[in-house]
Amino acid sequence: MKLYNEPSPLETRVISKRFGTQNSWRVDTYLATGGMQAFKKACEMTQDQIIDEVKASSLRGRGGAGFPTGMKWSFVPRQSELPKYIVVNADESEPGTCKDRLLMEHDPIQMVEGILIAAKAVGASKGWVYIRGEYRYLIDHMDAVMKECYERNLLGKNILGTGFDFDLYTQTGAGAYECGEESALLESLEGKRGVPRIRPPFPAVSGAFQCPTVLNNVETFSTVPAILNGGGKWYAELGTPRNGGTRLVCLAGHVNKPGVYEVPLGMNMMYFLNEIGGGMLGGRKLKAIIPGGSSCPILSAEECDIAMDYDTMAKAGTMLGSGGMMVMDETTDMVKVALRIMRFYNHESCGWCIPCREGTTWLRKMLVRIIDGNGASRDVDLIGDLAQSMLGRTFCPLGDAAALPTISLVKKWRPEFEAYVAKNPFASTELVQVA
Amino acid sequence: MTFSPQLEARFAELLTHYPEGRQRGALIPMLMYAQDEIGAVTQELMEELAKRLGITTLQVDEVTGYYSMLHKKPQGRYHLQVCTNVACMLRGGAELYDHACKKLNLGHKQTAADGKFSLEEVECIGACSWAPAIQVNYDFHHEVTTGKLDEILEGLK
Repeated sequence: MKLYNEPSPLETRVISKRFGTQNSWRVDTYLATGGMQAFKKACEMTQDQIIDEVKASSLRGRGGAGFPTGMKWSFVPRQSELPKYIVVNADESEPGTCKDRLLMEHDPIQMVEGILIAAKAVGASKGWVYIRGEYRYLIDHMDAVMKECYERNLLGKNILGTGFDFDLYTQTGAGAYECGEESALLESLEGKRGVPRIRPPFPAVSGAFQCPTVLNNVETFSTVPAILNGGGKWYAELGTPRNGGTRLVCLAGHVNKPGVYEVPLGMNMMYFLNEIGGGMLGGRKLKAIIPGGSSCPILSAEECDIAMDYDTMAKAGTMLGSGGMMVMDETTDMVKVALRIMRFYNHESCGWCIPCREGTTWLRKMLVRIIDGNGASRDVDLIGDLAQSMLGRTFCPLGDAAALPTISLVKKWRPEFEAYVAKNPFASTELVQVA
Repeated sequence: MTFSPQLEARFAELLTHYPEGRQRGALIPMLMYAQDEIGAVTQELMEELAKRLGITTLQVDEVTGYYSMLHKKPQGRYHLQVCTNVACMLRGGAELYDHACKKLNLGHKQTAADGKFSLEEVECIGACSWAPAIQVNYDFHHEVTTGKLDEILEGLK
């Protein structure tokens, strides 16, 4: 299977080491290159030992929220008599993100092994890989991979003679960004509309089919075998303190070498952009970077000399998110970026919570009005205020995801919004209707 | 309502995936796979799946209405989806969509009279590093230019 972009010699390839190699998705290749050793190791460990090893790695969720994985697993009530489930979030739909695709295309059994280890750690016997509907080729691919895993006893009964049983299935989504949110994903898995659930209870206690569930991203599960093989301490030291290991960054936008690259956490963003990404397209000047999917507050060029890890990004008021990094040069119209982002969230809002459903609609309408030259002076403040008032007032983070980039855009590129408003000769009069 | 033997086998297999009494979990995959075979989520299909899963047709209908890939009207034989979300926009996705509109003489979610093509402006399809990207039915095409789009469309019989 071919790679879509050339790898860089400056990558640290831990979970992408099999990418682009011949038959990398076949069981034979996986076993011949050290596969399933971590699972066998896990079978000799107690459940607490597995979880402690993952905690020691300081692995944090690679889907977007960055929650410590070991801690998430430890919340599953193991003494509960209910069956326990594993759900893989392969709904990859955060704008800017295209990495889980590669993990499933090139090294799907690595993910399967990670799932088996998680299942061992919490005592689960069944799991689903929830893949977005647009990735049909991947669903077919995973079905074929899992069929081979069953035939070779990597799934099913008494896996590799360890006495451990586990069943894994694919589940298709049908086109809904909201289903990438864990509780909405679980609703969708149960055959319902993908609207979020109120928490607590968290999925660890009441998840799929109201049973204790471990729900992680594709990349998170794919990382687990390397952690057990190399040890949590080794993995943690690849990154920075409390931000263990490596992750896949999806580089897109105005750069010379866009692509998916695996780098250690804590790498400097400008170094990444220039040395791995080949610098700015056409030698133009950097204007802004969306660091981890369109839900993140946007960094201006001056702020981009920063270490890419969860804690440093949080201190800078943004997020590492899902690893979807979009680079924008000096020619980019930030008001149009704001509108495109808002059109997306408005389209994808599930409509369950009013601040999100109405907020995204009004923000989109205001941005259209401004761009059409019909904006009023008060609109710029109104956009900021309305976005601010959506924060923290919805069941799931979609409302926040729409508000956060908008707030940062208005704050950092206010003159661009005002320049659009100034095109309306009636901008500061009462003749402008707000509707 | 009858389905192909392959689809029937798929349904039978799907129903074994879920805990006892929770077979409704199969609804969304069944809708997707059946839609591929029939061409649309018809009233008849919704009634059939409701009957098979022991839920009401209304429950199937509300699910169908929620997901953007499920559609009640047939699309073209070739459903062209052009992404214009941020990563694609930065690399010319919007211009590509405009070009597709003119070329096919279609707008968002419209189907040609002869049923060959339909067009949709879609949200992020997960090909951001290889933007701009399109999908024709389930097939991805990366780094698409207007010239390459013309070639792709002309290659479809």
